Amino acid sequence: MIRDITIGQYYPVDSLLHKLDPRVKLIGTILYIFSLFAFSNYYGYIVAAVFLFSIIKLSKVPLKFILRGLKAVVVLFVFTATFNLFLTPGTTIFEYGFIKITIEGIITAVLMTIRLTFLILGSSLMTFTTTPNNLTDGLESLLNPLKKIKVPVHEISMMMSIALRFIPILMEETDKIMKAQMARGADFETGGLVKRAKSLIPLLVPLFVSAFRRANDLAMAMEARCYRGGEGRTKMKPLKYTRRDILAFLVLMLYIAALVVINRL
Amino acid sequence: MSIIVDKLNYIYSPGTAYQKHALKDINLEILDGEFIGLIGHTGSGKSTFIQHLNGLIKATSGGIYYNGENIYDAGFNMKSLRSKVGLVFQYPEHQLFETTVFKDVCFGPRNQGLDELQVELRAYEALKMVGIDNDLLDASPFELSGGQKRRVAIAGVLAMKPEVLILDEPTAGLDPKGRDEILEQIAKLHTESKLTIILVSHSMEDVAKYVDRLIVMNRGEIAFNDTPREVFGHYKELERIGLAAPQVTYVMNELRKRGIPVSIKATTVEEAKQEILRVMKQ
Amino acid sequence: MGIIKAKNLLFEYIRRDEEGNVESINRAIDDVNIDVKKGDFVAVLGHNGSGKSTLAKHINALLVPTEGTLWFKDMNTTEEANLWLIRQSAGMVFQNPDNQIVASVVEEDVAFGPENLGVPTKDIWTRVEDSLNAVGMMEYRGHSPNKLSGGQKQRVAIAGIMAMKPECIVLDEPTAMLDPNGRKEVIRTVKELNEKEKVTVILITHYMEEVIFADKVYVMDEGKVVMEGTPRDIFSKVAELKSYRLDVPQVTELAYELKNSGLAIPDGILTTDEFVDAICKLRQ
Repeated sequence: MIRDITIGQYYPVDSLLHKLDPRVKLIGTILYIFSLFAFSNYYGYIVAAVFLFSIIKLSKVPLKFILRGLKAVVVLFVFTATFNLFLTPGTTIFEYGFIKITIEGIITAVLMTIRLTFLILGSSLMTFTTTPNNLTDGLESLLNPLKKIKVPVHEISMMMSIALRFIPILMEETDKIMKAQMARGADFETGGLVKRAKSLIPLLVPLFVSAFRRANDLAMAMEARCYRGGEGRTKMKPLKYTRRDILAFLVLMLYIAALVVINRL
Repeated sequence: MSIIVDKLNYIYSPGTAYQKHALKDINLEILDGEFIGLIGHTGSGKSTFIQHLNGLIKATSGGIYYNGENIYDAGFNMKSLRSKVGLVFQYPEHQLFETTVFKDVCFGPRNQGLDELQVELRAYEALKMVGIDNDLLDASPFELSGGQKRRVAIAGVLAMKPEVLILDEPTAGLDPKGRDEILEQIAKLHTESKLTIILVSHSMEDVAKYVDRLIVMNRGEIAFNDTPREVFGHYKELERIGLAAPQVTYVMNELRKRGIPVSIKATTVEEAKQEILRVMKQ
Repeated sequence: MGIIKAKNLLFEYIRRDEEGNVESINRAIDDVNIDVKKGDFVAVLGHNGSGKSTLAKHINALLVPTEGTLWFKDMNTTEEANLWLIRQSAGMVFQNPDNQIVASVVEEDVAFGPENLGVPTKDIWTRVEDSLNAVGMMEYRGHSPNKLSGGQKQRVAIAGIMAMKPECIVLDEPTAMLDPNGRKEVIRTVKELNEKEKVTVILITHYMEEVIFADKVYVMDEGKVVMEGTPRDIFSKVAELKSYRLDVPQVTELAYELKNSGLAIPDGILTTDEFVDAICKLRQ
């Protein structure tokens, strides 16, 4: 069940996109997300779609695999679509009691769904093509200026990468404890809200205990390996912009420029 | 009374890149009152298999019959199966969650819907069966030693009064004495409480002393299913699948190769000693 | 003086209640004296709770003694200034393979130590490659640790220590959570490092088969060193070992039992070959 979620996973293939500097991909993703809400006519959608699908093609991640990630957020889609569908004023085409559907509502719902789809696809593409460590490295480097105002950038990024490493382990552990309690007759599936919440105690307590034990062990292991914060630390894989990163920035600029031009049409 | 496993297949994550045929055509009969050792290296499918026996994992195809009833039948009561086939997971102490030892052991029987008196009676009995002293009943399970925690966790399953008890690597991480104590305790459950026992282990030496029958799994299939003596006779094949017979098996075979007429059937230190003494006195 | 020397080492875990009053004192190490020669393979045996892990943590100053002194390479572990030198030079591998791997890619984890030491990028790469080669994990350099077996994870952890170029590795029950194959894999690796790279090894364990080739064995019980000697010395005292909740390999036990039954078998048999030879000699 938990394993079906593909958002946030790394998909190991060798592509141009995988090789790009994570900072380029981070900035690119953020710009793309903003761009989705910046254009105002239909041509914008076409440009955004062409851009997205060419990038997907470049990433060599199978489209089917990427689309599977959408399943997890279907609820969100339905929710926003319904919201837009019923709450947009305009020419009514269907009315039943207090429910009113307008042409504008349909259009907004459809467009909103497309935008959200693009948003999810675009940002999941970033995680598919960037290892978690690479991503946190990129984030650390981008946030570096904040160090001046005493933001613990290194610590935050270290915490993130450790969290990413331990998520699969804790997920497996959850599965194991759940089964162990089910073997003792625990029931996680039936009953009302209160009963269900209560039934989680035998799962959560051992999980917390284990997480604390792991954290304790890890802290000791890190200390034993001379970890003492970011001060004086070197990197095995320091981030360096290469020619392809500059090229990628240019492509990104081109995309933005195209959108700006089209917005004027 | 028995468990019959009929052509059981389990395919993990079918249709994805992670697809794996974890169990292949497993056929097996486990009789009432048997003490069985289930051996295989990590990834052989043994843990997956035992989770089928109490319905935690559903087979892709094939059937399991508990006392003649197919557990995959529509009307079958899975919850009652889980209390009849008790499953103690690896590192079971990791599932402890209550504030006191006694309360934790009550969890199982309470889930069975018994009345409070029955629940407490069973918890008390179960803790006694695993040798936990009365003065520990109100202690926090997190304050106990590793060996004690494990006993409490086993008691948590015993309190449900299972007919079959499956233990996955119950000695993992314990020191030699702790290991022997747990194994003795389990053997006692078999002889005194007449439980059918399936002991999952990596270690041939551990199980050789206790079990009537050894089932060796390899790559999701049953490679051997016989008495320990017969299985250890195939020590060369065992090595090929990443396992090893107890050291005494090697000793006896080596002695024989060097011309000393010992029987190679000994599986424990005690048996080997008797056999060598017999031959040496001739 | 050896690479590690402990003199009258004593350590107490002190538990305090909310007001800071002492609730209980648990003496985990009680007047321990050890002296480890550089390049040796030393095993420390003891049941769970015997104090052996606490002792291990003293060697690289994760814990400092309540009383007494521990010197690593003539550096007193209580002196703050020595801390990082000691930790770099006395690497430590822990029991749970998952809980000591920091990065999500094998080679990046191996690089963690050198990165902390401020080793230049180019040298990190050579160190990572050398260490992965030394433990035979080179082909897994790009893998996620989550997909490895327990034995492989421990080898990655060992490589991570080797990349810091230590003179000594302390392994705190590195095989307790592994299956027999993983155990063999890890012990073989450690033995090789000891022989080829001349790293001093301190192996904390309760598996007897793992210590038969050690240069020296210490047995601990209730915080004290109760036996000390070569594996052969130690394993000839089967009854004493059992009194400390320990065990001996099956052949050793068999030889011991036969000797007690009147056969003239030498003391402290450690391997099947030795045993078979001894019996054959008797037959002649």
